[in-house]
Amino acid sequence: MTAQEIQAKEATAGKFKQDLSGRYNLDKIFAAAAWTATVVSVVVLAWLLLTILMDGLETLNFNFLNSFPSRKAEEAGIRAAFFGTLWVMMTVAAVSFPIGVGAAIYLEEFASDNWFTRLVEINIGNLAGVPSIIYGLLGLAVFVRVLEPLTGGRSVLSGGLTLALLILPVIIVATREALRAVPNSMRLAGFALGANKWQVVWHHVLPSAMPGVLTGVILALSRAIGETAPLLAIGAVAFIRSTPDSLQSAFTAMPIQIYNWVGRPQEEFHHIAASGIIVLMVMLLLMNTIAIYFRNRFQQTR
Amino acid sequence: MTAEIPIDNIAPGTWRPNRDRAQMIQLIIKIICGAFAAISIFTTIGIIGTLIFEAFAFFGDLPRELSQDGDNVSYVQGVIHFLTAGRWTPLFASKQFGIFVLISATLMITFISILVALPLGLLAAVCLSEYASPKVRRILKPVLEILAGVPTVVYGYFALLTVTPFLQSFLPPVEGFNSLSAGIVLGIMITPMVASLSEDAIYSVPQSLRDGSYALGATRRETVWSVVLPAALSGIVSSLILATSRSVGETMIVTLAAGSNPTLGFNPFVPVMTMTAYIVQVTKGDAPHGTIAYETLYAVGITLFLITLALNVFSFWFVRRFRQKYE
Repeated sequence: MTAQEIQAKEATAGKFKQDLSGRYNLDKIFAAAAWTATVVSVVVLAWLLLTILMDGLETLNFNFLNSFPSRKAEEAGIRAAFFGTLWVMMTVAAVSFPIGVGAAIYLEEFASDNWFTRLVEINIGNLAGVPSIIYGLLGLAVFVRVLEPLTGGRSVLSGGLTLALLILPVIIVATREALRAVPNSMRLAGFALGANKWQVVWHHVLPSAMPGVLTGVILALSRAIGETAPLLAIGAVAFIRSTPDSLQSAFTAMPIQIYNWVGRPQEEFHHIAASGIIVLMVMLLLMNTIAIYFRNRFQQTR
Repeated sequence: MTAEIPIDNIAPGTWRPNRDRAQMIQLIIKIICGAFAAISIFTTIGIIGTLIFEAFAFFGDLPRELSQDGDNVSYVQGVIHFLTAGRWTPLFASKQFGIFVLISATLMITFISILVALPLGLLAAVCLSEYASPKVRRILKPVLEILAGVPTVVYGYFALLTVTPFLQSFLPPVEGFNSLSAGIVLGIMITPMVASLSEDAIYSVPQSLRDGSYALGATRRETVWSVVLPAALSGIVSSLILATSRSVGETMIVTLAAGSNPTLGFNPFVPVMTMTAYIVQVTKGDAPHGTIAYETLYAVGITLFLITLALNVFSFWFVRRFRQKYE
């Protein structure tokens, strides 16, 4: 290396600036941006909840809870929608719970790794990404039209089955996780005592996985309870002045009723829509609290 | 002791447990559970089957609907019309079926939502995994979960009755129904999804990479920006694609806040109509089976399904192709 080259090198080396204060300033800006983004999300949530409470608390009274829909906002209430939602949710639970848990037991406990289980697994992953309104179109074609003699057309049963298909992948995934969390020693102990696979699953694995399963099922149901699009697509109507009395009766549900009220131009209807939202959110909150209770119990016993 | 002990009656050594009944029950249960697992496959077949069946009926009827002026239209011309025509008026007297009108509205609103959700979600993920203390994290994560659990019809209410008036207060050209407010609220809706999926990806970057970067004299931002985020890129991109797919298929916000006026163009201040909003408009009006209006539902539905499917498959492929594995 000649002296000149060394000199040149030293010259460039001298040009390198650490510029620590500048870099730390950039650091501060970035940290501030990250915190701002998080705070904005929290503020938006607070803004959303506050608007709804301010708009809806005034009109939320017993009369509102106990009345049927009406052309006059002051007389309109949520009774039909509330019972409609209850009926639909019971149908969804009755259908999706056994099917989802059964499918998960099959995939996790019985099935060997063959083409069928792999197909089902890929399929469940894909189904979770299908927009909910597409399920509504499926329900419209299959449950409302083709199976009309069985379901009674645009009925509680059609709505419940559509929503059950929608949340089935969620339940299967949650149940599989809960089953996987049961220690293998429990199964082996059962087998050592001479029980077969089903006896072990039924008497030991399932009971100890139950809190986890229930958490998953309740969270899935709380997703179904707020789903509007599939019910709109199968043609649930908002203006129904009776509570459902069978699986085949026409129905309305809380989100449908809220959608209908929000869509009207008069401001009074917007207020009762907000009241409806409060009732819906309280139901969601209750379900989530129960789910969290189960989850905590689950974590303690493990 | 009154209970019978079978071993007493049988010579020792010849007793065998009778497991036939238990095995039969197990077989029956296994078949039933297998059938339940197969239901998910039947759901997929049902979705694809109905969409294709009714969409075929639509394209079969399309030439007849288009050739009302007397001139003949072939099936191929029908498909070309569907993909390229500039108007969407299936419920009017002079029917036009240009699906691109609906797609353009969906694209615009999705684009706006990603513009909101990308910075918000990604920065929130960085904040949660790199900056927040465990205590703060424990408070913030449930808040994001609540945001993710709010029913979409509630977001629709928020977009139409809160955000739109708010935008109008400083942006006068914004109309009562517009894609800007729908897009912003949609972006807020998918932010928790982007945040939590990206956070998982960022969280799984090993600490040794960060330590190495700090040892080289990099600051925190430089470490996050040029080491952690590139290492987590596959997870972040896939979370964005999944969020996009969610935006495309979202119904209630756009139906309530973006209006039902199928116009071609990318003006975010005026009412538009997305694919999902069209489906809601027709199903609400109770279109009888066999009419062209009923069949358009499934033509729009299959377009929507294919777009979201392509996005989901792309996301899976991207993760598998570019995932960094750390031991």
